Amino acid sequence: MPPSSTTPALDIHAVAKTFVMHLRGGAQLPVVRGASFVVEAGECVVLGGPSGAGKSSVLKMIFGNYRTDAGHIRVASSGGIVDVASASPREIIALRRSTLGYVSQFLRVIPRISALDLVIAAAIETGADMDTASNRATRLLCRLNLPERLWHLPPATFSGGEQQRINIARGFAAERPILLLDEPTASLDAANRDVVAELVAEQKAKGAAVLGIFHDDDVRRVVADRIVDITRFSA
Amino acid sequence: MSSAETPLLRADGLTKFYGSRTGCLDVSLNLYEGEVLAIVGESGSGKSTLLSLLSMQMEPTRGHVHYRMRDGEMRDLASLSEAECRLLLRTDWGFVHQDARLGLRMGVSAGGNVGERLMAIGWRNYGRIRHEATDWLARVEIDGGRIDDPPSTFSGGMRQRLQIAKNLVTKPRLVFMDEPTGGLDVSVQARLLDLVRGLVEDLGLAAIIVTHDLAVARLLSHRLMVMKAGRVIETGLTDQVLDDPREPYTQLLVSSVLQV
Repeated sequence: MPPSSTTPALDIHAVAKTFVMHLRGGAQLPVVRGASFVVEAGECVVLGGPSGAGKSSVLKMIFGNYRTDAGHIRVASSGGIVDVASASPREIIALRRSTLGYVSQFLRVIPRISALDLVIAAAIETGADMDTASNRATRLLCRLNLPERLWHLPPATFSGGEQQRINIARGFAAERPILLLDEPTASLDAANRDVVAELVAEQKAKGAAVLGIFHDDDVRRVVADRIVDITRFSA
Repeated sequence: MSSAETPLLRADGLTKFYGSRTGCLDVSLNLYEGEVLAIVGESGSGKSTLLSLLSMQMEPTRGHVHYRMRDGEMRDLASLSEAECRLLLRTDWGFVHQDARLGLRMGVSAGGNVGERLMAIGWRNYGRIRHEATDWLARVEIDGGRIDDPPSTFSGGMRQRLQIAKNLVTKPRLVFMDEPTGGLDVSVQARLLDLVRGLVEDLGLAAIIVTHDLAVARLLSHRLMVMKAGRVIETGLTDQVLDDPREPYTQLLVSSVLQV
C-alpha cells in the first residue's frame, strides 16, 4: 500500500527489546517494552529520558542495526510501508538508501577518502548528481565551520569534533524523508550547535520527519515539536 | 524487476564431508546482484570449504548451487558442461585467492597475466589487449611502467592488486574472495580494502568474501554469515549482526576484537 497523506512517516507500535548477554551467563538486559509513538512528516520528535533509558537503542532498532524482539516499526517509503522489525536485510538496505538517514556522533572512517568526498558520496547515495552533491557538501562543510584546509584530507587523524561535523554534514547532505539523529550535537560548541538546529529546521520545512536525541536543553527547545518520554516504555 | 528479484546465486543444503569429518553442513543462501556477502568464522569453521563449494572448486557431498547465467536462466552448476564451466570461470566469475601465487602466473608479465583472461574470451588484437591491461593496472594503482615485469618482482600488496585486476578485466558479475587481505601489512590492507570497496561499488559486483576479520566484513559487506563447526549459526545485515549479535559464539567473536 503506498503511503497516503494520513500515514505517519514512522509508526512505532508495541516495540520490545531485551539484550541477552551470553558471555554473562545469559543475563537479561531489558531495554523497552510496549514502545509506541508516531512521527509525522514535517515534525521533529525528540526522545526524552535519562541516559540508559533506551533512547539510542530505539533509534538503532528503527535504523535496523539492532533487532526488534516484538512489535512493529512501520516506515513509509516511496515503495510502500516497510516493517523494519520483520524486513529482510535487502529490504532494510533499500530502505536506508531511499528513506532512512541516521546521524550519530561517531564517524566511521574509511581509509584514504577525503572529508569532502565522504560528504559528496553521501549526497550521491540519495540520487544527487555530482554538481549538486558537491555544492551541497561544500556548503555544509562551510556552515559547520570545518576549516577548508581539512577538506581534502582523510579524516582519520582529525579531532573528535571535526569528525563529528563531517558526520553531520554527511547526514544532511543525503536528503531523505526520515532523519534519525543520535546526539549529533554532543560536544559541539555553541555556534555549531546552532547550525545543527538550523539544519534540522530546514529539513522539517522540506517535509522530513525527524526523530532525535538531544541532551542539550537549548537545542531541544529550538528543534522539538514534541517530546516522547521513553521511560514510559521501560521494561 | 524480475531479474532483481531472482537471486544471482542460490545454494541449497550444501554439505561436504571429508571422510568422517564435517567440512560444512546444510548451508543454504541466496545472493543477489550487487550484493556483498561476508562469511566469517575462525579457522576450521568451514568457511573456506563453503567458498570452494560455491565456486565449483570442490564438489559437495550433498546439495546444489544454482547460478543465473547471462541469458537469465537459473542453472544447476552440477549440470553444466565442461565448456560452460570454463566460460563461467573465465568471464562471469572471478576468484581472488589469499595467496596471490595461486591466482597469478608468477613468471609471466603483469600485462600478460591480465591479458590472458581477455585472450581466453577471444580477444586477439595485441594493441587492444595491452591497452586494456594498462588501463586495469592503473585502476588497481600499479604503475604502468611495471607492465612488463613479472609479479615475482612485486610486493605482496601489488600482487594482490594485480590479482584483482586480472579477475575484473572480463567484467564478471560475481567475485569470490578468500581472505583477500590476509598476510598483508596493515597499511597495505587498508589500501587494498579501500580499492576493493570502490571497485565493488562502481562495478555493481556481487561478491562473497571469506574473512576472519570482522573489520573487513564491516567495511565491505552488506550481509554477514557466521560459521562455526561447519554450520551457519547466525546470519543477517552486517551491522545488525555485529552491533546486536544474538548467538553466544557471535557475541564471543565480536567481543574478542580489540578496540583501537
